Amino acid sequence: MAITVQRPNLSLAERSYLPAIFTGLSITLGHLWRMMRGKTHVTMQYPEQKWDSHLPEHYRGVPALVTDDYGRERCVSCQLCEFICPPQAITITPGELGENDPFAKVEKFPQEFKIDMIRCIYCGLCEEVCPEQAIYLMKEYAVTGTTRAEMVHDKKKLYEIGGLKTGLVDKWDANK
Amino acid sequence: MSAPIHWLWSIVVDLYTTWGFIMVPLSKTIVLVIVVLIIVAYSSLAERKVSAFIQDRIGPNRVGLPLTLLGFKKDLRIGGLAQPLVDGVKFLLKEDLTPAHVNKFYYWLAPALAVAPALLSIAVVPFGSTLTLFGTSYKMVVADVNIGFLYVFAITSISVYGIVIAGWSSNSKYPFFGGVRSSAQMISYELSMGLSLVPVLLIIGNLNLSGIIEYQAKNGWMALPFSNLAFGMHENGPWPWVSGFRPREMLLWIPMLISFVIFTVSIFAETNRAPFDLPESEQELVAGYHTEYSSMKFALFFLGEYAAMITGCALIATLFLGGWQVPVPSVDFHSLHDWTFALITRTGADGNIWGLFNIVCFFGKVIALILFFMFVRWTVPRFRYDQLMKLGWVVFFELALANIVITAIILAFVPA
Repeated sequence: MAITVQRPNLSLAERSYLPAIFTGLSITLGHLWRMMRGKTHVTMQYPEQKWDSHLPEHYRGVPALVTDDYGRERCVSCQLCEFICPPQAITITPGELGENDPFAKVEKFPQEFKIDMIRCIYCGLCEEVCPEQAIYLMKEYAVTGTTRAEMVHDKKKLYEIGGLKTGLVDKWDANK
Repeated sequence: MSAPIHWLWSIVVDLYTTWGFIMVPLSKTIVLVIVVLIIVAYSSLAERKVSAFIQDRIGPNRVGLPLTLLGFKKDLRIGGLAQPLVDGVKFLLKEDLTPAHVNKFYYWLAPALAVAPALLSIAVVPFGSTLTLFGTSYKMVVADVNIGFLYVFAITSISVYGIVIAGWSSNSKYPFFGGVRSSAQMISYELSMGLSLVPVLLIIGNLNLSGIIEYQAKNGWMALPFSNLAFGMHENGPWPWVSGFRPREMLLWIPMLISFVIFTVSIFAETNRAPFDLPESEQELVAGYHTEYSSMKFALFFLGEYAAMITGCALIATLFLGGWQVPVPSVDFHSLHDWTFALITRTGADGNIWGLFNIVCFFGKVIALILFFMFVRWTVPRFRYDQLMKLGWVVFFELALANIVITAIILAFVPA
């Protein structure tokens, strides 16, 4: 059973398209005019304007190492983060603290700590698994580089990003 | 002035006074082509900006002068104004790919055929009144030929070959569709475009494009017949003393407006601009006739499209909007019983300043029309294939024919 579609009966003016075209032109001209006067809300201009102040507390940016209240590195080179890291982005070369070190009872420290930022998926498992509260996901997210080597963050770079983090659990104090 | 500069200057003066017949057209051509190319470059930026503003976006605003390459601290960002330069460099540096399955000769010929007609037909369009150089006054038109109209029609009808040949030689289906659509569109519109200009020719009885501007200077613009309005009071004359409202011109206004609309719409179709961009229609045919083109060959099609738009706008401005003339109000006040207010057209005869003013006016009109073309492109959706044919053959063709008859009747029965 065929269905007859009722076509609207257009007047001559409507069939000439002209009124519709001029209505359309006035609408687009209105948009242009509003834009020229700066009344339109537009996209954020990224490198100049950033959303950073609106980032939530739990935002997961680049992973970085932090130092404790004394400026001492917290990482004890347990390599848990290296093992849990799903894309295997973390490489740690453990080293031993000497007998004469004031923190000798910590025993280990990372000789080298590398995070390949091409591999990193910002999952935050390293932060979750770290027993020493040494690795944190910061709020920084713009990681750029022109070579692959540049995209591997070494220990120096990681501490540069992480910096000092006070008020954490302080379990390696020599007096304790 | 130091000696070498003085010597060079004397050579320039010598060249222009003794070799003027070749130097003047040469310099006019070079300047005109450069101006057209600059307008092309910046209208591509303007198109992106206008479309962005209409769609509540910002558009290109990044590319500036790369001062950091020269050792400065920051790039100079001038609102994206360097975008056309960067686009041009990109087109030059991109790989020029010729697919294996194309017909090489026609594939290489097509981009040239797309650009040349647009640049050729602007040669007969007067872009200014006159300029006086070293005591001689020169008309600001590259070729002041008496067959201006015929020349324009001849050249613009060639312009479709660029597209058809590109579509055919690409040897792939979407370009082919584009080419076929273009030729069909051309046939539908060329006719009504030509017929829409017959009333203009009936009125002025002259094929020279400078002639039509002279007519418009005397009798008002074709699409605005009271552009040379004058009124006032005289000691002994009748009151109100008005000139510029002549019954014949006012009656002719009706067919002229019809001609104006038909011609403008035909130019839209002629230049393959939306809403008649069927040969290129991106959503249906990838990129239409230039799908297989890359690098500078694609850029030439792009250039051709915009140059054709400039030529079309220049023609609309010349034929219906008074060409290079913009009436300047002038008040001649002697006493309360003896005064005149007139819109008069200044030409290069009143001094080089007015000659330059005329040139600026002409390009101002062209740019305004280009902006109008852009508004329409980003407002009106594309016509369907059958709608376009119907509009061309059923509406405009008949309307243009009737228009000729109306004009002829007015010319025959209303005294000048």
